[in-house]
Amino acid sequence: MSDDVEIPEVDYVSGTGIPIRGNDIDTDQIIPARFMKVVTFDGLGEFAFFDLRFGENDEPKEHPFNEQRFQDSSIMVVNSNFGCGSSREHAPQALMRWGIDAIIGESFAAIFAGNCLALGIPTVTADTETIQELQAWVDENPDGEIDVDVEAETVTYGGETIDVTVDDAQRKALVDGVWDTTALMKSNASEVRKTAQDLPYVRDDQIPDAAD
Amino acid sequence: MSDSTLYDKVWDRHKVTTLPTGQDQLFVGLHLIHEVTSPQAFGMLRERDLEVAYPELTHATVDHIVPTADQSRPYEEDAAEEMMAELEQNVRDAGIDFSDPTSGNQGIVHVIGPEQGLTQPGKTIVCGDSHTSTHGAFGALAFGIGTSQIRDVLATGTVAMEKQKVRKIEVTGELGDGVEAKDVILEIIRRLGTEGGVGYVYEYAGEAIESLGMEGRMSICNMSIEGGARAGYVNPDETTYEWLEETDYFQNNPEQFAELKPYWESIRSDDDAEYDDVVTIDGSSLEPVVTWGTTPGQGIGISDPIPSPEELPADKQDTARRAQEHMRVEPGETMEGYEIDVAFLGSCTNARLPDLRRAAEIVEGRQVHEDVRAMVVPGSQRVQKTAEAEGLKDVFEEAGFDWRNAGCSMCLGMNEDQLEGDEACASSSNRNFIGRQGSKDGRTVLMNPRMVAAAAIEGKVTDVRDLKEVTTV
Ligand code: SF4
Repeated sequence: MSDDVEIPEVDYVSGTGIPIRGNDIDTDQIIPARFMKVVTFDGLGEFAFFDLRFGENDEPKEHPFNEQRFQDSSIMVVNSNFGCGSSREHAPQALMRWGIDAIIGESFAAIFAGNCLALGIPTVTADTETIQELQAWVDENPDGEIDVDVEAETVTYGGETIDVTVDDAQRKALVDGVWDTTALMKSNASEVRKTAQDLPYVRDDQIPDAAD
Repeated sequence: MSDSTLYDKVWDRHKVTTLPTGQDQLFVGLHLIHEVTSPQAFGMLRERDLEVAYPELTHATVDHIVPTADQSRPYEEDAAEEMMAELEQNVRDAGIDFSDPTSGNQGIVHVIGPEQGLTQPGKTIVCGDSHTSTHGAFGALAFGIGTSQIRDVLATGTVAMEKQKVRKIEVTGELGDGVEAKDVILEIIRRLGTEGGVGYVYEYAGEAIESLGMEGRMSICNMSIEGGARAGYVNPDETTYEWLEETDYFQNNPEQFAELKPYWESIRSDDDAEYDDVVTIDGSSLEPVVTWGTTPGQGIGISDPIPSPEELPADKQDTARRAQEHMRVEPGETMEGYEIDVAFLGSCTNARLPDLRRAAEIVEGRQVHEDVRAMVVPGSQRVQKTAEAEGLKDVFEEAGFDWRNAGCSMCLGMNEDQLEGDEACASSSNRNFIGRQGSKDGRTVLMNPRMVAAAAIEGKVTDVRDLKEVTTV
């Protein structure tokens, strides 16, 4: 009944790039809190980076997400500590709904990377210089294809292949198609109950009956 | 094992199995939920025809969107009402306890958990909110999760996690006059950076930490996430147990207190525990810390000059330059005298009773500066009620503060409490990100609650230690 959710394997992502420069870009910038007064994630895409993209009277400002040449881009290239701040999954949801399928950057905040993984979005890292070169290349080649090989931990662009790093657990989860963990973890329900029973603070009446 | 950290021990007790990804499946001892990050997770559950596996270990509150002035239903704002109604429906369907505003127990999720005794040493605690790290003050393993993980926890009672490294942060010595827990954590983040904690959990130790009450420990653990650490904790001790004994949970289950104490003792980090890193900070050398920029790591002592971007590490220069432009501050100046328009005393970092008491001491007999709008937003209805009974409300109101109802309020500006235009705000909250307090041109200066009170009175950032004695008529 519950196990029929298809989880695609994400071993490879390709598309054109979009550079988002700056360190410490927090989730309040990715999706301002006032757009979170919603009970579904639908439609969040248009609010990605809203306050960086639009001015006082909603007139567009200079921002890659507003540029015509990047409208079909799906691979975002960012700098360090991207996605710091709140745990709001609204942030990667907004990026995904705008069209982002993978993010390459210097480093990512932990909860943000975890949230991306839960959506099947790889967060791939490389050093500062490599990232800056890639951002410059994307600027020059907005139509240039970038291939992110999650399994081999490489990124290929402009005829060149560079090494990148994908966190081990993330790589396995994406490549094996086990990044959506609900069904997997549910199948361990009896072990979960055992763990709960062994914990001194969990009372028996707090553990539901096994009959499922 | 006799050389383990609390982190290792609590992790091992809660580990169900290792998943094929290499992540561990951890049992969740307490799942806290609120209105902003849970509705989509309940939606996913419905889509998959799943039920809440451990409703008895789940607890809900409403905090982010609740109006802090008029709370009559339906809320004036449709979106807020819709979120509230959705939460009510979800918890009713699943049979989850809800500290709703009519219960007298409502408040910010990280204030009410500890208050009610739900937060306990040696528990794993998760919530769809990054400041879940707060609960680590009790020696719990507490971390924020995203909405897809909330779905996992609702459906299975467990979460998939990768084990982190542990950094011990030892704060030695005694904190000086006017220096608080908030200053300690701002200093830690300033030194180690906003991403210094990525991959780590922080264990806070040392004399300066141990001598803090639970509220101070919570302020510190609260902002672990601001330093990049997913979680932070303090080993439980007598101070912790004294707090717990007073809570509803143990008042109602007194036999459990004696039963659980050996467990709490057993999960303390061993004396010879091995850490992946150790950092020592001399607590006695600190002064009140304020931020000059737009990340919590951009802080300085109140009498220190704002750094010039060139002095900072290469990767911090660009952010610093943009931050100084946004905040309109110049390198070489101190933050003292920085004019403010708003004073916000609230949030899960600093809106507990002792925070309000200390700030009230500063405010008593003084008047809020005529150009400043100042507000106090208690962290919970209980804090509010006790503060009112103690006369704190009167002290604040007589000075010209607005006394509001409990919620997150201007910490993130999701309700009507927001900065307008380029207003500058002295704030006891935890984030000074651009746009955080509801206006993209707003300017936030983070500081401890007494410093907020001093700023409200002087109309500018002020060293609270320099305030002249109030001359009573
Ligand atoms: S008070 Fe602020 S930081 Fe704390 S939970 Fe509410 S919004 Fe988040």
